[in-house]
Amino acid sequence: MKASAFGYTKANDLAHALALLTEHGPTAQVLAGGQSLLPMMNLRLAAPEWLIDINGLSDLADISDAGDAIRIGAMTRHRTLQTDPLVAKHVPLLAQAVPYVAHAAIRNRGTMGGSLALADPAAEYPAVALAWGATMVLASASGERRVAAKDFFVDLYQTARQPHELLVAVEFAKTRPTQRSAFTELAQRHGDYAMAGLALTLQVKANIASEVRVVPLALGSKPELLAPVMACLEGQALTAARVQAAQAAIDEAVEAQGDTHANAATKRHLTRVLLGRALQQVMETA
Amino acid sequence: MKEVTQTIDTVVNGEAMQCEVPVRMHLTDFLRESLDLTGSHLGCEHGVCGACQVMVDGEVVRGCLTLAVQADGKRVDTIEGLSEQGVLAQLQAAFLQHNALQCGFCSAGMLLSALELVREQPQATREAIREHISGNYCRCTGYQAIVDAIESVLQGKFAPASEART
Repeated sequence: MKASAFGYTKANDLAHALALLTEHGPTAQVLAGGQSLLPMMNLRLAAPEWLIDINGLSDLADISDAGDAIRIGAMTRHRTLQTDPLVAKHVPLLAQAVPYVAHAAIRNRGTMGGSLALADPAAEYPAVALAWGATMVLASASGERRVAAKDFFVDLYQTARQPHELLVAVEFAKTRPTQRSAFTELAQRHGDYAMAGLALTLQVKANIASEVRVVPLALGSKPELLAPVMACLEGQALTAARVQAAQAAIDEAVEAQGDTHANAATKRHLTRVLLGRALQQVMETA
Repeated sequence: MKEVTQTIDTVVNGEAMQCEVPVRMHLTDFLRESLDLTGSHLGCEHGVCGACQVMVDGEVVRGCLTLAVQADGKRVDTIEGLSEQGVLAQLQAAFLQHNALQCGFCSAGMLLSALELVREQPQATREAIREHISGNYCRCTGYQAIVDAIESVLQGKFAPASEART
């Protein structure tokens, strides 16, 4: 199908984009990579009156070292993230997740900011951002504000971003020497939307786990921490028995929603399997 | 809502042109309907099948997920324009030799994915080939012959230095 009619402006710079957002606000959509928005428009699941194209904002495509954190511009493409040395060194969980994001041609266009702002619960970056405790940087004509990932994802395709705001960057704290992470995912075809997936990060000292954070993909309406699983692992030695206990805790943690790929019971089962694999990876590298 | 149009300056297969396009028209519709370049196809129109792929500024993109107006100031290359160049001609010959196409609907998109792979990962394994073409549906061949064809070009006389990235 074809998208319904809309108006279109290509922003010249950030100030122009923010002025356009102030003017068009709730009736507009920001066009970043367009790899989720344009399909939704072609299917007429979305029909914005105005598109604000931010592909000309090249300063939003920068990855920089901000001291304690790595700052990733919202217009950074998946393709760039995949090979970026700062990301590989300082945010390994993100580097582990990028290969699962879509297919080659889509990775050439799709962006970090677009994926986070859309907040699809089956997408990789929202889960990674929440597990890592990333910070979103939102700009508007009246200034900038920062929102923690745990407050950013509100519900299905809903975030704390206001209609006049633009997500300009996301900041990931640098990994620490004792930190370990793992990302696992299952899809019918490599690069397709996840049937199930899992982002995991924790500190491991003398085989004792702490600061455990686990976020599943494609289970609920938004990315959420698996609190009972985290509690089960926190302060405990990483043993085979402990992994089994954590896997069992998924059942109490998750109100899974089935979809066309798998029903709720299957999704819980797959998530248990993926948690086992992720912890195994961590134990092998700790 | 009224149809909005904008004027774009673009270079398609080496030819500079100025055109007025509806802003809601996607790039593959523009190429097919306005320029009669019907080599890239429309399967799903939501980014799943890969039949619509073209190159924009040297990168393979989904033509159905790119607006024609976004080609303003860009260079667009389609299967029609690229067929004259070395590596793509080799891939086309290999596809023929290995029976890597039957109906041909996916071939334009599949060949562009293969071209990007050969340029960027000349050492790609069969597994890497499969991963790289995982975004392109073929409903005839079962993919085996396509992987064979791409692998034969990767293992052949192809010399990356001999072709400038266009």
